[in-house]
Amino acid sequence: MLDDKDRIFTNLYGLADWRLRGAQSRGAWDNTKGLIEKGKDWIIEEMKASGLRGRGGAGFPTGLKWSFMPKPDPARPSYLVVNADESEPGTCKDREIMRNDPHLLIEGCMIASFSMGAHACYIYVRGEYIQERERLQAAVDECYAANLVGKNNVNGWPFDIYVHHGAGAYICGEETALLESLEGKKGMPRLKPPFPANMGLYGCPTTVNNVESIAVAPTILRRGAAWFAGFGAKNNTGTKLFCVSGHVNTPCNVEEVMSLPFRELIDRHCGGIRGGWDNLLAVIPGGSSVPCVPAHEIIDAAMDFDTLRGLKSGLGTAAVIVLDKSTDIVRAITRISYFYKHESCGQCTPCREGTGWMWRVLTRMCEGRAQKREIDMLLEVSTQIEGHTICALGDAAAWPVQGLIRHFRHEIEKRIDDYAANPHSESVLPYGVAAE
Amino acid sequence: MTKIVVDGKEVDVPPEYTLLQACEEAGAEIPRFCFHERLSIAGNCRMCLVELKGAPKPVASCAWSVRDCRPGPNGEPPTVLTRSPTVKKARNGVMEFLLINHPLDCPICDQGGECDLQDQAMAFGVDSSRYAENKRAVEDKYIGPLVRTSMNRCIHCTRCVRFTAEVAGTGDMGAIGRGEDMEITTYLESAMGSELQGNVADLCPVGALLPKPYAFKARPWELSKTESIDVMDALGSAIRVDVRGREVMRILPRINEAVNEEWISDKTRQVVDGLKRQRLDRPYVRRDGRLVAASWGEAFAAIASRIKATTPARIGAIAGDLASVEDMFALKSLMTALGAQNIDCRQDGAKLDPALGRASYLFNPTIAGIEDADAILIVGSNPRKEAPVLNARIRKRWRMGGLAVGMVGEHVDLTYDHQYLGAGPDTLADIAAGKGFGEILAKAERPLVIVGQGALARPDGLAILAAAAKIAGSRDGWNGLAVLHTAASRVGGLDLGFVPGHGGMDAAAMTQSGALDVLFLLGADEIDVAPGAFVVYQGTHGDRGAHRADVILPGATYTEKSGTYVNTEGRVQMSARANFPPGDAREDWAILRALSDNLGARLAFDSLGALRQALYATHPHMSAVDAIEPGTMSLPASTGDLGKAGFASPVQDFYLTNPIARASAVMAECSALAKGRLQQAAE
Repeated sequence: MLDDKDRIFTNLYGLADWRLRGAQSRGAWDNTKGLIEKGKDWIIEEMKASGLRGRGGAGFPTGLKWSFMPKPDPARPSYLVVNADESEPGTCKDREIMRNDPHLLIEGCMIASFSMGAHACYIYVRGEYIQERERLQAAVDECYAANLVGKNNVNGWPFDIYVHHGAGAYICGEETALLESLEGKKGMPRLKPPFPANMGLYGCPTTVNNVESIAVAPTILRRGAAWFAGFGAKNNTGTKLFCVSGHVNTPCNVEEVMSLPFRELIDRHCGGIRGGWDNLLAVIPGGSSVPCVPAHEIIDAAMDFDTLRGLKSGLGTAAVIVLDKSTDIVRAITRISYFYKHESCGQCTPCREGTGWMWRVLTRMCEGRAQKREIDMLLEVSTQIEGHTICALGDAAAWPVQGLIRHFRHEIEKRIDDYAANPHSESVLPYGVAAE
Repeated sequence: MTKIVVDGKEVDVPPEYTLLQACEEAGAEIPRFCFHERLSIAGNCRMCLVELKGAPKPVASCAWSVRDCRPGPNGEPPTVLTRSPTVKKARNGVMEFLLINHPLDCPICDQGGECDLQDQAMAFGVDSSRYAENKRAVEDKYIGPLVRTSMNRCIHCTRCVRFTAEVAGTGDMGAIGRGEDMEITTYLESAMGSELQGNVADLCPVGALLPKPYAFKARPWELSKTESIDVMDALGSAIRVDVRGREVMRILPRINEAVNEEWISDKTRQVVDGLKRQRLDRPYVRRDGRLVAASWGEAFAAIASRIKATTPARIGAIAGDLASVEDMFALKSLMTALGAQNIDCRQDGAKLDPALGRASYLFNPTIAGIEDADAILIVGSNPRKEAPVLNARIRKRWRMGGLAVGMVGEHVDLTYDHQYLGAGPDTLADIAAGKGFGEILAKAERPLVIVGQGALARPDGLAILAAAAKIAGSRDGWNGLAVLHTAASRVGGLDLGFVPGHGGMDAAAMTQSGALDVLFLLGADEIDVAPGAFVVYQGTHGDRGAHRADVILPGATYTEKSGTYVNTEGRVQMSARANFPPGDAREDWAILRALSDNLGARLAFDSLGALRQALYATHPHMSAVDAIEPGTMSLPASTGDLGKAGFASPVQDFYLTNPIARASAVMAECSALAKGRLQQAAE
């Protein structure tokens, strides 16, 4: 349980003023110059010591990522790019940050850019986030007006910040596709290596970070790495924004400590599961791309990277999607599968061809119009996609299907049996999945 | 050099090698679709996945360089497996994905028999499909008259997209949509605008892009293949002529790194139907103003009577643009035997002369040498139209960076950035004086000055050549003067000395009214002969020369005879006979040999071998096939004054530059399309 005094995002719900004056009253932009004067090595060491792992889903240690940036070279400037293309279904944490606490993000950009020797930062905002972009741009303008950022600012590090608006493609949340899109090209992931830290935006060293990873940095530095590392389990430290949606009584965004048990998270903040704990079917704990976890495994699990990986799932973006027993789980996963088929960029073969295949088979399966041997075939197709693609979208498309088959094979088999038992009936569902 | 272990075999390769190259070095075969040596790496087909020890996932070997591999925990060299179960599973999986939406129409697909997908499915695929859903259907696109599409078959390797963007430089093709709805197309399905567009059909690993004129004509296993040399421009691109029976079915490029790499122009490729139309298949003699069919004996007799009635000073010969060295040698020998001095191989009147030394008319830096140049000046030429493959080479050099290109002449789109400096000799004089672009050239270590026939085929041609030579300057081991010819026969003709002898007339003088009694045209169709002279036309097509002729002697096209051609850089190349001339038509040297008998001036060779022996005796460098004999240059001290008029490229219509192309319906369609585009652009 996180005390109010330990919250980083103190205006998460937008109850107070989001503008510069309000943010400053909550502690933003407090002695930023002092932090910068402590030097980049201190900042990076402090970030490493805090144990902050990237909040975008993969959980790569942020301090380590910053330390990969090469020494400044006038011929090849360094860039910080902030990934605000938050498109993972179920995830809405960056949205709240940009809406209600944009100054935390901007200050984080300044400090992160300083630590990696970057004088320019681009924030790539998701296409559908209209209000968020306007707020963020307004906040940036305020900072320029107050000379907090700019060529000759009061913090002593020449720094420009640009807000860029995407066109609303899920794949542009992949870091290299984001860079391509930012360069004005088609948002298609690049081959790695070379990694962005070597060859990123316009061929220059670039670090791409999630909004939340950047926005927590100033507070960590102000309050000390030990404070941040004091929350959560080992290797899973800090506080984290959880986006709880689905079949809970009061869905919400909430900042909590890492490694909080699932039951506590739901009971304390979400008013419990709809229909009580016995009514819980499964949970997708980290945004649509991670495999679902059945009720009995998740109820007392700690919500952090390592525990959930042990359950063959993942914390991802901490977008907790709760499914109660009224859910048609096969149809739910089919809808997710349709999403990945729709958002595949089409560049590489396994994802382009495989996502559509999986969706089509699942569409039949949720009506029962399939053979039982096709379940294993579907599992094999998903492993043929996983790990064989340029970017991680292939994996993201495969995992939900694998989770479904791992935990709910009996459900699919029952569906098939029901259909086979009455072959002349109309399909089990009144309408098809994801045709909507 | 870095050590790497491939399937247990240790090889030593340069660190910049990709794993795919390293594997090939070790003798392991890696299947691939999207990878192509001459295009950028896309890494999107995922067929070339290999297992790299220490990497969590299989890696795309086409994109992963040896230097990116980490050594083992004890410093042992990185290990790559290409035959492990993981790799096999990955390949099977990718192959299955590629095939689920690929139609099973191999029996009616022109690519059948030479299809990468077919071959690799045999080698790396599984025997049956598990895909029970409907296959994707994609609408076919119109992308021009030369390439037929069948987009259901497309596997989205993007080779065509990368080719048009990188090599052709027109960026015609692209992909719209995303995911499984991605479709390859041109912008709004307009025709491609490149002169190299036919190559996308070669690049396509499946049957999605196929040569349109060749559609449903033949199967690859029915064709006999002859390696030969192209004559559509002065590059002498390496080609393969595929013949079924007596008919040429198609022409494909061969790899020749020194000349065309593996590209050929659309004219080279699709002129095929021109080889069959408008052919002269028997001799004709003009009687009462009309050409009537005749026997060889009648035709020769008609010529002999005219020759006997005149003096050598009133006999002349002009060699056309497609003549082989052997043909011109035979004709020159005949003219010498008759005592005639009026011979010329420069129909366009270019002021090039073998007397000035061989280096004065060659593309001295060589075509491959373009890649070494650091500044290029183009004078009076439009290489995109005159030699598209050479233009692609300049573009390749430009893409490497650090190249300045200047242009004097017409303001045209060359597919790469260049400074337009001016239209004519005035600009050239400024550059020669070291002003403007002249400074860049003076500082360049390897400047290259391309002089086109548009600058040389004019009264002040020699002065322009001298100015260009001055600009090119002299560097150690580098002669930057590059004369770009437009005719395949031209350098060979100049090498033979097929120019007016002592007191002889040049082409322009010979065609004047009343200049000659008998004029012999060896496939010379690009020149107008004034009324008066008795014209003997020896050639292949019923084109301009044949219309003017009084006697027609039917000859053989370049696919129907073995001939030597010297390309613009002076490279001697030999073509091979792929099929036979139609009807009574004969190989040209044999016609001249038979005619010489009738004229009482019998030539001293009875076979092509004997002709070549005589040729090599007088011109030894002709025997060094595929070699370039370096030359010298000695320009006269006074070359006259520069004129005022701007330069214009001699090739205004790329598709209709010679009689074969003018007989081709495909080329006519391309030409009309290009004209339409030009008009549209003008509006």
